[in-house]
Amino acid sequence: MSVANKKAARVPKYDCVSCGACVKVCPMGAIAVYRGVYAFVDRERCVGCGRCAAECPAGIIVVEAVEAAEEGKP
Amino acid sequence: MKKHWYDYLWIAEIVYFSLGLFNILFAWLGLISMALPLGFAVFGGNKAYCNRYCGRGQLFSLLGGRLGLSRRAVPPDFLRSRAFRLGFLAFFGVMFGLMLRGTWQVFSGARDLKAAVTLLWTFRVPWGWAWHGGAPLWAAQFAFGLYSIMLTSTVLGLFTMAMFRPRSWCVYCPMGTLTQLICRAKAHDAGSEPQKTFYRTGGNHS
Repeated sequence: MSVANKKAARVPKYDCVSCGACVKVCPMGAIAVYRGVYAFVDRERCVGCGRCAAECPAGIIVVEAVEAAEEGKP
Repeated sequence: MKKHWYDYLWIAEIVYFSLGLFNILFAWLGLISMALPLGFAVFGGNKAYCNRYCGRGQLFSLLGGRLGLSRRAVPPDFLRSRAFRLGFLAFFGVMFGLMLRGTWQVFSGARDLKAAVTLLWTFRVPWGWAWHGGAPLWAAQFAFGLYSIMLTSTVLGLFTMAMFRPRSWCVYCPMGTLTQLICRAKAHDAGSEPQKTFYRTGGNHS
């Protein structure tokens, strides 16, 4: 997938209830819960499938385009 | 995905409520589901119980997810608001305190045993299993109270499971809120945060 088309999940950390539901369904093992406070996504490993967003009980996870700048590209 | 022994703890949840039908004293086992998350949070600084071992969350996932008993709708914003979560935690705390007070009153002889399971602190369930195996009356009173709390929270969880996402209960679960507060305090002391969360994206920043 080109950088321009790459999508990845993002968890708004102040809304996350850190239940870990997203961690369980992620097929890439790209999500972890940081010290019981919020889930975070390894956006390099994330393929943007959206399973976490569909499972999140709070409905806060968004799958969005990853900017080229994030990938370290010009 | 490989299954682990802890992926079957939803069975323990069903067994817990089933055992309470025969002897209310089994309700005491419900303390495990309060002590373990607190232990993980206080000593480990994590929510491993919620993330991995919560049989109730697994049961809701199973019923709402695999069995399709959930609308899978996004819950309303207020449900995950800090005010609601903290308010619900306080409410449950008060109710737990009242249950402890009732236990003390029975222990001290100020009140007789109230051998009833109530739903939503109001409705007596329409079946009676008052047998408490000759245990001290205060122990039975505590068991009736705890079973009522466990049943009430499960019914609330089933309702929000059906209305919203399967594990909507996790959003406002008092134990989840409490352990997250503890973890947040401990993480604040610990310092560093994962950097990969803060990548710049096309949307709003978190």
